[in-house]
Amino acid sequence: MTDTTAPNPAPVPATDETARPGRLREFWFYFRENRGAVFGLWVFAAFVICAAFGPFLAPYDPTEQFRQFALLPPAWQEGGSWSYPLGTDPLGRDMLSRLIVGARFSFFVGVIVVTIAASGGILVGMIAGFAPQWLDSIIMRIMDIILAFPSLLLALVLVAILGPSLTNAMIAIAIVLQPHYVRLTRASVLAEKQKDYVTSARVAGAGLLRLMFVTVLPNCLAPIIVQGALSFSTAILDAAALGFLGMGAQPPTPEWGTMLAEAREFILRAWWVVTFPGLAILITVLAINLMGDGLRDALDPKLKRS
Amino acid sequence: MSAPVMSANALARHYQVGGGLFAKPQTLRAVQRVDFNLYPGKTLAVVGESGCGKSTLARMVTMIEEPTAGDLMLDGKPVVKANWPHMRSDVQIVFQDPYGSLNPRQRIGTILMEPLVINRSDMSAAEREAKAREMIGLVGLRPEHFDRYPHMFSGGQRQRIAIARALMLDPKVLVLDEPVSALDVSIQSAVLNLLVDLQEQMNLAYLFISHDLSVVRHVCDDIIVMYLGQAVETGPKDAVFAAPRHPYTKALLSATPRAEPGAAKDRIKLTGELPSPMANLPGCPFAPRCWKVQDLCRAERPELTGAPQAAACHFPLE
Repeated sequence: MTDTTAPNPAPVPATDETARPGRLREFWFYFRENRGAVFGLWVFAAFVICAAFGPFLAPYDPTEQFRQFALLPPAWQEGGSWSYPLGTDPLGRDMLSRLIVGARFSFFVGVIVVTIAASGGILVGMIAGFAPQWLDSIIMRIMDIILAFPSLLLALVLVAILGPSLTNAMIAIAIVLQPHYVRLTRASVLAEKQKDYVTSARVAGAGLLRLMFVTVLPNCLAPIIVQGALSFSTAILDAAALGFLGMGAQPPTPEWGTMLAEAREFILRAWWVVTFPGLAILITVLAINLMGDGLRDALDPKLKRS
Repeated sequence: MSAPVMSANALARHYQVGGGLFAKPQTLRAVQRVDFNLYPGKTLAVVGESGCGKSTLARMVTMIEEPTAGDLMLDGKPVVKANWPHMRSDVQIVFQDPYGSLNPRQRIGTILMEPLVINRSDMSAAEREAKAREMIGLVGLRPEHFDRYPHMFSGGQRQRIAIARALMLDPKVLVLDEPVSALDVSIQSAVLNLLVDLQEQMNLAYLFISHDLSVVRHVCDDIIVMYLGQAVETGPKDAVFAAPRHPYTKALLSATPRAEPGAAKDRIKLTGELPSPMANLPGCPFAPRCWKVQDLCRAERPELTGAPQAAACHFPLE
């Protein structure tokens, strides 16, 4: 946004004192102070690497069935084998390979759902915040109606209409999550709009679009980023839940939620088929939440020291 | 005397309030029939207690709100909504609260350059930056402050930044909405002196809004005393301070703290309630609180009469 403040200001020669470190270095300096966030970032990085290079990292094809090794326990347990470190599922597929390749689906669900929900939600919330009372009321009542449905139920209904697939599940989850962004953005906009710096931008002649996106939006971003990180994990959870209910990714896709659903009947006999996908979801979601917290701290100039 | 840079004639601003399902909307007269002339290089002070319409007046002058009635002229041209976009840069404002008036997400340089980005699109980025850096020096800040965020500054420094931003467009009129009342007393005088210096350098006309009469006495040339949306006394500062004609002005002056220990404490304590600004009383709005009230005051509203020191009172003090 502030492209005018480049690291080395051109016209007036900057002394060493006036030059400031690059934006990224500054961000990292503040982000590093939060240990949990750094931990979350590393886990998230591992998750992203799995998502990007999953098929190359996985020891086996995730859909290949080794019938003679069905329901093999993890390596460290009696009867386990190091050729299948995390054991195999009822059809003899390697759990580790399926989990690694499954990261890709969860990651895309998170990215796409958050992008759609956040961009749509911020735009609608911004309009509601600046709109005249009647338009604001209409928008907010529509959002109330969406919020009045239990979110998973609404997603289920939408998927039932659109047909069960991962893409449709993502669209449904994005629609369900959108009202949260709308409300959050509108509330922040209403609070910020009262402040004098908005009035002074108006006195300086700022138009409505500039007021919305240059003056007010950056000041509303902190809660939206946290919400983005949280709903990244909510999206993964919801996609897993839809997969569990048979409305998301379809077998044999190694999506974590779908894997849980397939393994339901073996919960008592083979703990590893349900525990590992569940742990994968838990760790990813936890890491993203920690990272989101750190992001907010690092991006909020009020928390920076001078 | 030179021609006024800005003049207002019977400026008024009314608000419709209430008006729910069963209630009739009521008219709140925030400002009614205010006249003034602003001259280049001079300061006009607007004083009065809270809720008397000072800030509403500032909002009309800075084109944030449209007057309900009356005319506002800037350089001989009427200030109407259609003209706002190209008149904006001539009238700028400095707010009371230096903690809310700077965008916390923008660096000082960006804050200062924003008015230029909006209004002077023909200027190159380098010219803008040069001007912003020059302005930083002019208001007494150091060059390295250019890249800092507002939260790194104290209240007085922030107010200097706010003044710098207001001056970026070379305005003719600067509205100062209680510019020092949120500051420490020690900082107040530094900021006031800065304002006085800048006025001399740039021949600015100030509309100085305040409730602090000792500050007003220090900086202004003329004064308007407002009470419940109306001007009750106007005139040159010295005359008004020496011999107030309206009882309200006298009460206000007597409430100013004095530094001399032995000074007589002849403070006038007002009794009675401030009438609601929604009630349209037939008589003088100050009548319920005035110690000189007579039957005529309750029946008929006094007009602002007398020059150069005008007072809206049936029985002005001598």
